[in-house]
Amino acid sequence: MSASVLYDAPGPKAVVRNRIYAVVGSLALIALIALAIVRLADKGNLDYAMWDIFNYAGIRQNIADAVLATLKAFGLAAVGSLVLGLLLAVARLSDHKPVRWAATAFIEVFRSIPLLITIYAVWVGFLADYSMWALALGLSIYNGCVQAEVLRAGVNSVPKGQREAAYALGMSKSQVMMSVLMPQAVRAMLPTIISQLVVTLKDTSLGFIILYPELLQTARLIASNTQVNGQYPYVSTIVVIGSIYVAMCLLLSALATWIEKRGRRAKTGITMGSAAAPVTAAGPGAVLAAEGTDGSDVAPATTN
Amino acid sequence: MNVLLDHFAEFRDGFIGTVEITAVSSVIALVLGLLLAGFRVSPVPPLRFFGTAWVTLLRNTPLTLLFLVFFFVVPEIFFPGMSPFLLGSLALGFYTASFVCEAVRSGISTVPLGQAEAARSIGMSFTQTLRLIVLPQATRTVIPPLSSIFIALTKNSAIAGAFSVTELFGWQKLLSEDGYDIVPVFIWVALGYLIVTFAMSGLFRLLERRMEVAR
Repeated sequence: MSASVLYDAPGPKAVVRNRIYAVVGSLALIALIALAIVRLADKGNLDYAMWDIFNYAGIRQNIADAVLATLKAFGLAAVGSLVLGLLLAVARLSDHKPVRWAATAFIEVFRSIPLLITIYAVWVGFLADYSMWALALGLSIYNGCVQAEVLRAGVNSVPKGQREAAYALGMSKSQVMMSVLMPQAVRAMLPTIISQLVVTLKDTSLGFIILYPELLQTARLIASNTQVNGQYPYVSTIVVIGSIYVAMCLLLSALATWIEKRGRRAKTGITMGSAAAPVTAAGPGAVLAAEGTDGSDVAPATTN
Repeated sequence: MNVLLDHFAEFRDGFIGTVEITAVSSVIALVLGLLLAGFRVSPVPPLRFFGTAWVTLLRNTPLTLLFLVFFFVVPEIFFPGMSPFLLGSLALGFYTASFVCEAVRSGISTVPLGQAEAARSIGMSFTQTLRLIVLPQATRTVIPPLSSIFIALTKNSAIAGAFSVTELFGWQKLLSEDGYDIVPVFIWVALGYLIVTFAMSGLFRLLERRMEVAR
């Protein structure tokens, strides 16, 4: 249902009313922003000196290092979660009951525990001196579970005939999985996988809590170690570093949406996963049930 | 077992804290999310723009960053003396509202076209159509995604614990800093969260069944 069904093309009265709403709404928003700016300026947060700190080579170097640290943790976690996700997905689809059960239990348990709890436990318990590895491992475990569910939904969305044809050709189980089902699953679920990677990128910010010097931790360090006019520049550092973070996430999200649009055009008979799918956010995969219905029900009728 | 028994009072406080912050920010997220969804389908362009901007921005913001903004930037602008609990709930609620908005919006688009057309043709206004016809019918399809959104919210509430809000992660942090072995502490905290999330998904399943009967 397009939004336009909800209202008629506005007549003269409605046009006036809508304009009034528009003006009032925009004014309220502008007033809010103005208030924010005035209050910030009052407290000296908008002084030139507060923002000048980003011209110092040392602080720039710090931020560059922090971006690198974030990307490093993200890279490790991305690889780790995809590998673990692949393993868990295959294990959960296995013909052997114990393997299937173990994978299911692992996925269900770690998916329903807050990521922060896992990361913190890994950090304190096993990798106290290696916060990067603790962060990457925690992220890999949690996101691996989510990616496993995504891949499983993808495998289930591959038309049944593909598997049957592969078996009929005499392929072994692992051949069928690895050279027939998985590639199609990955292709169908690529937008969802990338959206989950965006979540992974966002969740690297949890490194803040285990003192890993990623972007936010660096923001805190910069803000609490630099004094400008007797004040700590929390506002300016958070604004600058926050923007960098959000920009990185937006870029990756845009990639997911682009791939989804591109995939929609291709006619493969496999429904493309949605880029918005992991409502999962830093959350559970229960939503993938919804996603599963998206993909898995199309199996029989399509091009075999 | 000892860890739990020795520190049961703190654990209980933490558990209650988790439930409280989850409840408060769920309400904020739900109200705000519905409002934003209304904005996004409304006939007034600036409101639509506001809704879209909110969703795009907040969905791509790490929650930890949002917490930092709420704890360091917001008090500089509005009401300096807010309690960590309130700030945490607001951050969590605002963040989750963007997901609620998207879920509601996609729920709205599953209501058959004829319903809205019929409502319009008997002379209902935009608000009436949305409030009386479309949203009640969208509820049923929105409940499963909402369930997982609120479970995610429960889990995200752990981050509030790192910002001096009393809740379960705070307990874990406290005890591990006191030198207790992390494994039993981890297990108890995980169990605490599992109780909350299971209760929540049970509640939603109940709601879902109710809705099914109603149709």
